[in-house]
Amino acid sequence: MLLSDDRAGIGFLLLLGILAVVIPVGNLAVPNDSVFHVPTYAVALSGKFICYALLALALDLVWGYLGILSLGHGAFFALGGYGMGMYLMRQIGERGVYGHPVLPDFMVFLDWQELPWYWYGFDVFPFAALMILLVPGLLAFGFGWLAFRSRVTGVYLSIMTQALTYALMLAFFRNDMGFGGNNGLTDFKSLLGFDLQAPGTRNGLFVASVIALAGGYVVCRWIVRSRLGRIVMAIRDSESRVRSLGYRDERFKLFVFVVSAVLAGVAGALYVPQVGIINPSEFGPINSIEIVIWVAVGGRGTLYGAAYGAVLVNYAKSYLTVAYPEVWLFVLGGLFVGVTVFLPRGLMGLLNDIRERFGVRGGVDGHVEHPPERGRDGLRDVAQGRPQ
Amino acid sequence: MKPTSITLTEDTILYLQGVTVTFDGFKAIDDLSLYVTKPELRCIIGPNGAGKTTLMDIITGRTRPDSGRVVFGQATDLTRLDEAAITNLGIGRKFQKPTVFSNHTVFENLELALSGQRGVFENLWFRLLSEARDRIDEVLSTIGLVDHVRRRAGELSHGQKQWLEIGMLLMQAPDVLLIDEPVAGMTHQETEHTAALLTELSKDHAVVVVEHDMDFVRSLNAKVTVLHQGRILAEGSMSRIQDDERVKAVYLGGVEAHA
Amino acid sequence: MSRKRSLIFLIAVALLCPGSAFADNLDAAVSNLVSRKFDERRQGVEQLGRLSDPRAREILTHMVEDKLYLRKADKRIVFALKQGRSYLVTDALTGEVLGTERKRALRKIKANNRLRKIIKIGMSVARLRDPDPSVRTAAAEALIRAQSPDFRRPLAEAVETESDDSVREKLMLALATIRFATGTPDEQLDALVTLESSLNPTVRALLQKTLDDTGTGPEVKSEVARALERIDEQLVLYGHVQDIFFGLSLGSVLLLAAVGLAITFGVMGVLNMAHGEMIMLGAYTTFVVQNLMPNAIEYSLLVALPAAFLVAGTCGVAIERGVIRFLYGRPLETLLATFGLSLILQQAVRTIFSPLNRAVVTPEWMSGSLVINPALSLTYNRLYIIVFALLVLIALAGVLARTRFGLHVRAVTQNRDMAKAMGVRTARVDALTFGLGSGVAGLAGVALSQLTNVGPNMGQAYIVDSFMVVVFGGVGNLLGTFFGAMTLGVANKFLEPVTGAVLAKILVLVFIIIFIQRRPRGLFALSGRSADT
Repeated sequence: MLLSDDRAGIGFLLLLGILAVVIPVGNLAVPNDSVFHVPTYAVALSGKFICYALLALALDLVWGYLGILSLGHGAFFALGGYGMGMYLMRQIGERGVYGHPVLPDFMVFLDWQELPWYWYGFDVFPFAALMILLVPGLLAFGFGWLAFRSRVTGVYLSIMTQALTYALMLAFFRNDMGFGGNNGLTDFKSLLGFDLQAPGTRNGLFVASVIALAGGYVVCRWIVRSRLGRIVMAIRDSESRVRSLGYRDERFKLFVFVVSAVLAGVAGALYVPQVGIINPSEFGPINSIEIVIWVAVGGRGTLYGAAYGAVLVNYAKSYLTVAYPEVWLFVLGGLFVGVTVFLPRGLMGLLNDIRERFGVRGGVDGHVEHPPERGRDGLRDVAQGRPQ
Repeated sequence: MKPTSITLTEDTILYLQGVTVTFDGFKAIDDLSLYVTKPELRCIIGPNGAGKTTLMDIITGRTRPDSGRVVFGQATDLTRLDEAAITNLGIGRKFQKPTVFSNHTVFENLELALSGQRGVFENLWFRLLSEARDRIDEVLSTIGLVDHVRRRAGELSHGQKQWLEIGMLLMQAPDVLLIDEPVAGMTHQETEHTAALLTELSKDHAVVVVEHDMDFVRSLNAKVTVLHQGRILAEGSMSRIQDDERVKAVYLGGVEAHA
Repeated sequence: MSRKRSLIFLIAVALLCPGSAFADNLDAAVSNLVSRKFDERRQGVEQLGRLSDPRAREILTHMVEDKLYLRKADKRIVFALKQGRSYLVTDALTGEVLGTERKRALRKIKANNRLRKIIKIGMSVARLRDPDPSVRTAAAEALIRAQSPDFRRPLAEAVETESDDSVREKLMLALATIRFATGTPDEQLDALVTLESSLNPTVRALLQKTLDDTGTGPEVKSEVARALERIDEQLVLYGHVQDIFFGLSLGSVLLLAAVGLAITFGVMGVLNMAHGEMIMLGAYTTFVVQNLMPNAIEYSLLVALPAAFLVAGTCGVAIERGVIRFLYGRPLETLLATFGLSLILQQAVRTIFSPLNRAVVTPEWMSGSLVINPALSLTYNRLYIIVFALLVLIALAGVLARTRFGLHVRAVTQNRDMAKAMGVRTARVDALTFGLGSGVAGLAGVALSQLTNVGPNMGQAYIVDSFMVVVFGGVGNLLGTFFGAMTLGVANKFLEPVTGAVLAKILVLVFIIIFIQRRPRGLFALSGRSADT
């Protein structure tokens, strides 16, 4: 069985299963004055965190296993989000402020007469779903193909991903792009006929997110456990060696990169109806870099570590930005420095060390993913983005 | 248009003719012609800068010659292929430094080196067939690492890593093995084991070894090619080479001094 | 008499009768002013207008502002400033303060609307005679915009007597403009000869309007079209030159920003994401220095430069010793850690100073611009910065090529292990290199403070661009950084008007990705076997 000796993974899935039951029940069935009641805002917040966890999972796939530090994964997340946003905007129909049956409010406001061609089809959910999968995937494919073929790796590649998301942010901020400009898409009313404000819908979205996360985990684990996963990890550790074994490493990298992008897109798509808005700041470079810290804190190369890290850091952020807003950026910066210097394998690594200390064997498949040992010569090669 | 200086037989697996390579005005390889048969065990020696590593680079496609022919088998022009293609043809190279995958086990390292199965999707659904399993076991016993099959490659000794790497080469069932300084840093016993391994392999493969360690070269009992300033200085058995005046002059007082 | 000889005569007269000749004319004009007859008053105004004496202008100005009076007692012309119920009186001719007078003692020298108009013309004409050439030039330019026929004659007169060549050119242009705007078709064709070599935007607009006007005759129209073509060609050419200038300016900024990064990246293979903050620290140092010496702004930059170098450089050394040293051999983690430091630095600056932009003043000697023609003016601050960037580059090249430290840096860049084996203390080289690179970034910050807003986020804009420059130019390579920066700067400026800033950035990004395919080591890569491993 795929997960037979993945004890931590099974634990993770069980935890998700419990959440998927406890939260909806706590919100819908338990009376408001009970201490076990889960307020509705908490449902949306939890759903948001779950989406972030899926996004972190996607990044862990390319970073922990493929060794690519993507600083632009927020772009795929945002693209999926916009795809869902466009569907939801079309669903508003006549319930918008201007009451136009076809054109969303912001287009009426801009005096546009008709729907741009790229909005066609988004009134139908299957099409929108297809776009949510395709658009991030195609972008990843295009970018990856260009980058991997020219053997751009390491720091160079990371900066390229930053530039990619930055360029997209600039583009989507423009009002004439037809995606709502700097206000983005918002004021959504319903999804598949269900009122977005209704508790039932909220819980449904939450459960859907949990299912997506669980599914994402299983898919990633399957990939990572397969021979393809071993090849990919070998690429991470010594790309030129893999090439000299006769593998076309750029194809493997492309595959994993695209899968990761699609997962991120799905996360974004589930995120948007739960927070009610999508705007171009989601493309912001700093958003993408925050994802990295989630994975780093949790422990990269474990998959579930990324999910835990995402929830932990975002919980801290939610708390700090309200209670001590000045402090949050210091904390975030400090996390970057602290985790990379003191805790390179994140919390999962720390837990593993503690378990090993007490004689319990840890890790998945006996693999404790250590950061790859780079020889001295490897340093500049990596920095220059050339094969080691 | 066959050159008269090289005798080609059906056994010739690799031949270079009139190869020249220049780096920034410096002639690394200067009109070099060489051929290797299969099976054969050949040693290539020479002082530093003689062009030994560049020669390997040319054969494996890492560097392109400015002129000359590089042919594999009967008619395959290697100058037209890239590294991956040349590897898939059946030319395996082992580098000086061991480059095994430290985070993978010995078994996984060998499994990764299995010939065939290079596509993306087929590896997603890959299941290790019994023939493949047998092959891995076979190689494991050849290189002598049966007891270490589940260990992380990073934990092996230097010598063991080198053998694992040779094992990975063997998994691809190559015709030609190019081995670059295999015994550097090995203990005495490891060196002996390596000599035995290479000799064994030369029964079915063309094994070309680049080396500095003269004791090791002597123990291999193979045909030796001496390179100097990008050209072949002398070729023959070890004893003949040792007595060659030109070789002695180049090595400043004779081959003995380098032992 | 020829123009030259009449000039000599005038000068001779002026020299022979210092002051008095002028005074006579002024007196005559003024005495006309006080006449009750309108015609004499008008004549007086016109006379005043033709005088180059600055007092004439003062008088006219006060007259228009209803501040010119006659003191009845001694018939003196005076300026009167109302103070409560009485007036503070100054002699119009000598400037001597005469005390206060009551309204009864004064008679206002009035100007009705017609006179006002004449005065205004007179004042403009007077400015054409002002001793200061820049005033005359400004007057001519005003007349180009006004295009009023009233100035035909005064302008023609002024052209005749003008001694300064460049001012005369301007006057002739003004005259031609007015002739074109108000004259017959023949006069228009005549004026076109002068106008078609002018790059003045008002002139061009006038020509365009005439072309578009349906009432214009065909002959004039074709000539105007031809003239416009010539002008537009010139404008396009100078537009390109302007673009190149801006490109070089941007390039020089990129150079300053990127060169420090190129050095640290080359030596240590480390991408310092806090590099932008080093730039920001330099800019804020300038702000602090200016606040510490508010009375000596002219020297503030000279103080700020070494200060910024020290501040940013020390910070760089601290970062290297405190964080980067522990991440040896892990470039991706170093990138993340330095990113965290950049966040901390930004937030620290926000907390200490303020999240808002801070004002940094440009000293006098750097303000203003070098105007070459109406289509091309080069601002001094950018010119200085271009020169400054080149100086910094040369200084760095000198340090790297001629000092012992530079030798060590180059050795470590090419082959770290070998350098270590030769006894080079690589840890020290690392720390000092980081300090040097960050210090140069600090200098960049000083320069940037003169061009753009100083705020906590200013560094962010430059990190991606600096990296592009380094990638393009070749790592660890000063010459490459120079060419990379200049090329990218110019390319960016040429693309912007065509594609817009966003698309320009995207195109540059795509270009670099493709470029890396062809030449993975940049324009000027370090060669050598060790770099090849």
